[in-house]
Amino acid sequence: MSYDVIIGLEVHVQLQTVSKIFCGCSTAFNPDQPNVQTCPVCLGLPGALPVLNAEAFRLAVKTALALNCQIAGFTKWDRKQYFYPDLPKGYQISQYDLPFSHDGHVDVVTEADGGAVRRVRILRAHLEEDAGKNMHDESGRGRDSLVDLNRAGTPLVEIVTHPDLRSAEEARLFLQDLRLLLTDIGVSDCNMQEGSLRCDANVNLHVHQPDGSKVATPIVEVKNINSFRFTEQAILHEVERQWELYQKTKQTIKDAPKSTRGFDPARGVTYAMREKEEAADYRYFPDPDLVPVTVTDEQIATLRGELGELPAARRARYRDQYQLSAYDAGVIIDQGREYSRYFEVVAEGCGDGKQAANWLTQDVQRELNERGLTIATFPVPADVLADLLKRVTNKQLTIKAAREVFGALLEGEETATTARIEAIVAERGLAIVQDDGAIDAAIADVIARNPKPVADFKAGKQQAAGALIGQVMRAVKGADPQQVRERLIAKLSE
Amino acid sequence: MSLTSEQVRKVASLARLELSDAELSDLGAKLGQTLDYVARLNELDTDGVEPLVHAIELSNVLRPDVLAPSLPRDRGLANAPRTDGKHFLVPAILEG
Ligand SMILES: [Zn+2]
Repeated sequence: MSYDVIIGLEVHVQLQTVSKIFCGCSTAFNPDQPNVQTCPVCLGLPGALPVLNAEAFRLAVKTALALNCQIAGFTKWDRKQYFYPDLPKGYQISQYDLPFSHDGHVDVVTEADGGAVRRVRILRAHLEEDAGKNMHDESGRGRDSLVDLNRAGTPLVEIVTHPDLRSAEEARLFLQDLRLLLTDIGVSDCNMQEGSLRCDANVNLHVHQPDGSKVATPIVEVKNINSFRFTEQAILHEVERQWELYQKTKQTIKDAPKSTRGFDPARGVTYAMREKEEAADYRYFPDPDLVPVTVTDEQIATLRGELGELPAARRARYRDQYQLSAYDAGVIIDQGREYSRYFEVVAEGCGDGKQAANWLTQDVQRELNERGLTIATFPVPADVLADLLKRVTNKQLTIKAAREVFGALLEGEETATTARIEAIVAERGLAIVQDDGAIDAAIADVIARNPKPVADFKAGKQQAAGALIGQVMRAVKGADPQQVRERLIAKLSE
Repeated sequence: MSLTSEQVRKVASLARLELSDAELSDLGAKLGQTLDYVARLNELDTDGVEPLVHAIELSNVLRPDVLAPSLPRDRGLANAPRTDGKHFLVPAILEG
């Protein structure tokens, strides 16, 4: 007997606004100073009135457009009512029957060469406010829990997929693509350590029956997973657990309601969460404090225009335009838009995309890591690196010499400019000598002074040329070794 | 129409209200009266009437994304039943 794995995700993404969704408190991540970013609105004090943050709505619509969603022309706010200590009002402002967007999709590349693609349909994306943070007493002595409401009221987009994912790996790849997409369009930093991207996974199995039909196992929702790796591990464990359970009990989706589990990263297992006696009953109703929002086609067109080239399109273009491998294109695009722009300036400027990619993914990346810099603060501007690499393309510098110049640009006190490159090349005599006459004279001299290696080479001992090339290189500082080799061998073969 | 004690109990539990048996039956009758009163709206012919999503006919009330001063922590915590000076304190929350 075999089975299909069926996975749907609910992803919460924090939008990059300065202030909260319905009040002017800061959204800064500030766990060291609890309860300093609150006001009557986000504390839910009587009489306080929420007002929608225009930027939160704008970023939400951009998010939905990047997910190929339809944008509703009319959307409203609802109260989702439940009691929990991190929810001061006793309800969360969310969207129920008229979310601001619905029916989109994301195409996830499931093989590195771009061969296989899984289309994941998006059921809806809606806006809501985040809750605060509870901290539990870990001593097991039942001490008080602590509540920090700094985060309460932070704008979130909840993205709900159809159950279209078919493996734990696909779920991870979807989340990685989603993070790349949303950071690229600048709507969220998707920082998982700070809780800017959190995920619930709905998992069950469709078990193949001998008669060709399929039977679904009960759906399990694994709550609040905060890393890509944990999402993959949680689903892997859940699949294994459900398969064993099904073989033992033959329980199907008709026999048990959806249940909720948590994930324990330390043990790599999911565990049952306390079930409430009654099914959740949120008694949604329209929030009378907030009026509806309308969106015009013109506004949608403007925001669509602001999206620019999305990562998937850029990946394809880098392959076509610069002949990059899927891997190199991915490494560059993963670093964000600024990095991609830097790459394109270098690639265009030096006329060799492959070489530009090699430098970006190796030399530049290494220096950024070692110096703790971002591309925006990198001391070598893109046009300067382009000028340096162009000298390699034009055979004015060897790659080795270019690396030396690159290092000198980074070490030096002076600003990295093309004039500075010129100066370093001159100071250190790094330019490839283009003077054929000087090279030929040195070759003739070296041949005359080294009858033994010359005879060896002529007798078929190829490696004898090595020592001769070395001598010519020493005589003509800055000669291109490739050019010396060619001319020397031509001379010896006369 | 009167609500059953079970229905009242469910609504009360969602609202975290603890009611005695006497209160359950009393409220069942009273809530029933309220529902009957509201049910009179069903007598209206609403064919062709657009559902109303909000009582105020306004839309697009938005604010710019700028910071406004938050409350000092002691003021924010002022109404809390218990605090440690930094957090709201609540009885231990059990999870898992
Ligand atoms: Zn506030």
